[in-house]
Amino acid sequence: MSESLPPSLATAGGVPPDPDRPAPLERGAGGAGHVAAPGRRGLPGGGLGRNLGLVIALVALGVVGVVTAGDRFASLDNVMTILRLAAIYGVLAVGMTFVITGGGIDLSVGSVLGLASVWASTLATQAMTESFHWIVMVFTALAVGVVCGVINGALIAYGKVVAFIATLAMLVAARGIAEIIANRRTQIVEVDSFLDTFRAELLGVSVSIWLFAAVAVAGWFLLNRTTFGRRTVAVGGNPEAARLAGIRVRRHTLYLYALSGLTAGIAGVMMLARTTSGSSTNGSLYELDAIAMVVVGGTLLAGGRGTIVGTVLGVLIFTTLTNIFIQNNLSTSAQSVAKGLIIVVAVLLQQRLATRTPRART
Amino acid sequence: MRGIVKHFPGAKALDGVDLEVRPGEVHCLLGQNGAGKSTLIKVLAGAHRPDSGEITWAGEPLTLTSPVAALRAGIATMYQELDVVDGLTVAENVYLGHELATAGVTQRRTVRRRVAEVLARLGHADISPQKEVGELSAAGKQVVSMARALSHDARLIIMDEPSAVLDSEEVANLFRVVRGLTAAGVAVLYISHRLEEIRQIGDRITVLKDGRTVAENLAVADTPTRELIRLMTGRAVDQVFPARTPVAAGAEEVLQVEGLGLRGSFSDVSFTVRAGEVVGLAGLVGSGRSEILETVFGARRATSGSVRVGGRTLRPGSVPAAVSAGIGLAPEERKSQGLLLDEPVYRNVTLSTFSRFAAGPVLDERGERRAAAEQIAALELRPSDPDRPIRTLSGGNQQKAMLARWLVHGCRVLLLDEPTRGVDVGARAEIYALVHALAEAGNAVVVVSSEIEEVLGLSHRVLVVAEGRVLHTGPSDEIDEHRVLDLVMEGSAA
Repeated sequence: MSESLPPSLATAGGVPPDPDRPAPLERGAGGAGHVAAPGRRGLPGGGLGRNLGLVIALVALGVVGVVTAGDRFASLDNVMTILRLAAIYGVLAVGMTFVITGGGIDLSVGSVLGLASVWASTLATQAMTESFHWIVMVFTALAVGVVCGVINGALIAYGKVVAFIATLAMLVAARGIAEIIANRRTQIVEVDSFLDTFRAELLGVSVSIWLFAAVAVAGWFLLNRTTFGRRTVAVGGNPEAARLAGIRVRRHTLYLYALSGLTAGIAGVMMLARTTSGSSTNGSLYELDAIAMVVVGGTLLAGGRGTIVGTVLGVLIFTTLTNIFIQNNLSTSAQSVAKGLIIVVAVLLQQRLATRTPRART
Repeated sequence: MRGIVKHFPGAKALDGVDLEVRPGEVHCLLGQNGAGKSTLIKVLAGAHRPDSGEITWAGEPLTLTSPVAALRAGIATMYQELDVVDGLTVAENVYLGHELATAGVTQRRTVRRRVAEVLARLGHADISPQKEVGELSAAGKQVVSMARALSHDARLIIMDEPSAVLDSEEVANLFRVVRGLTAAGVAVLYISHRLEEIRQIGDRITVLKDGRTVAENLAVADTPTRELIRLMTGRAVDQVFPARTPVAAGAEEVLQVEGLGLRGSFSDVSFTVRAGEVVGLAGLVGSGRSEILETVFGARRATSGSVRVGGRTLRPGSVPAAVSAGIGLAPEERKSQGLLLDEPVYRNVTLSTFSRFAAGPVLDERGERRAAAEQIAALELRPSDPDRPIRTLSGGNQQKAMLARWLVHGCRVLLLDEPTRGVDVGARAEIYALVHALAEAGNAVVVVSSEIEEVLGLSHRVLVVAEGRVLHTGPSDEIDEHRVLDLVMEGSAA
């Protein structure tokens, strides 16, 4: 018995909970976000069953790789190659998972990645880095990412611009700014301390892979174990209910896009290290891959349910596929077709799962 | 149609509805929000299939498998939200879904001519079939929607609140068209909240309440308006309201609302609620009662006046300010405004308090579950499993979960908007007892309900609201249902 209610309450019951009438249908049914998917309990990443399906898909891809490319595929070196490729996409996809779970979309991450890499590799930044520390370059890239994210978030949350449009505008604008700054030239990174740090290996695994792992673990914790994650699910699942429960929905939306900008900045640093150059074309079209990986991973595009584990698996599936095509000297065009098929199959499966649960409204 | 029953998961939308519409009549369907009108319309339009019951159409049993089947049978529906496509022309809209075409090429000229004919029949020869619908007024769109219904050679046209978007002149034109239709033998099923309209246009009336037909085929001419209101708002079964505990003398005025106004909705609303007191707001749909609650809660930004809790003025338009001052709202539309349907019960219960349990940013789900389980036990929420998705609970138990949320929060002021909406008649007694228990525990409670009996039975004091104004404030013992109805009618007429 709770203290907030007197004992008289205990006698108040006694009527069996018959099925009730529904909420009225006169008004438009509430947000479209909550018609799908069964409720998940606090399982890591949301739903072992689904993740198992992704693991099976990944293993199947591995088998295909071994059969078609043999030792070229199944070597430790190649696994590291796959992971290095996965790292940049993976960091973007973790940020994207938050935005999508929160009911939004961020189309700008590829461009923001490019802008962050260009800004961090300008002569001025590098000169400052020479006299201070490589951290200056990192800080510059992250700051660029966060600022772009905050602009996105402010436009969406407070300016009430549709997320698709606001981030599309940022996609175009950030790319343009990157071109202006870079003057359409590629800027070579000449700061050795930066390259030494990010191109190094730790326990035989390159730093970028460690970074991806760290971002994924932090993302998982943030989404599943913190108030921030709970708010994200609430805001994406039913923004009106979240608002009426006292959650600052707009502020949280701003944070989500800032977070996505931050991961784009991190990915920008990783890109700089990998290519040793800042180019305005860095990260072009990465946003589409990142979104596809998140959705294939099982995060609901309508918001309200997200899974970092699924996203990581989605990233690995896509990058393994790319690797298999490269190992077999197949065209990138065929690769794109295969990716398209994967997206369609994954979404069809997702819808199957969603329609299997009863819906309260039609 | 006879004995129509429609279940939704965990809910019964229609529970034995009878309706009989004759050719050439305007049959009015009345009922509060949630009475089942929209569901019934969807059954007739073929959008929902009933679980039981039968539809007889011109003497033959009829099974409607899809909207297309309904249209083929001659039943056309004009939905409440205008269902026209702005980017298409009038003609394209009228023939939307059944385009006249030869081998895929639309017969533009024939279509244009026929649409012009239909529009002329509707008295709107002034609307060009080639005009883009987006350029038309709401009334014009309504005409297009009606033209579409006619283009199907419909013998029954269902109009769901057709006047909601129209001004009085346009309504007069609508009525003219409706009369023209009925003169041609077409039956019209007319749904509206506006009783005076029904007086003007209707022939017979069927009243729905709680998914049942409570009165059938009343002749409009012989049924007084107050009888209609009574049928809509009256009790479905006799509810025994628990005895009210008198408010302790000198109890603190916890909630003070002064001169509160929201432009376009209500103005100059003042009332106070003491600890242990239940104050009810009585009024019809559209009277502003829900808006008053939402404004007190900060979900809408007041354009004038103030809200004080325990003497401290709240920042207007801020839900977090209201929540941290100890106000909780159980909103009218529980599912769309209150709950995360796919999330477990306990997370819904702790939706406004999870950060309080958390150590810094890290959630304490065990603590949350424990606190939720405590309230689940106290409120006798069933099933008591805190991990179940809240979607699977009945309406009454979902409502209890909403209350549990604010009890975990430790609220002092509870705003309950239609607390028994969508709650089974049997489970209502529990909610009533709960409301009283909450008041006895020292909370200030404000209840809004469309059911006047419910407001009177639950509250110590009643505010009668109509057209966004408070018409009467006083103890609920000193006023009865009839007096409230009189006030509401006077107020609505004004």
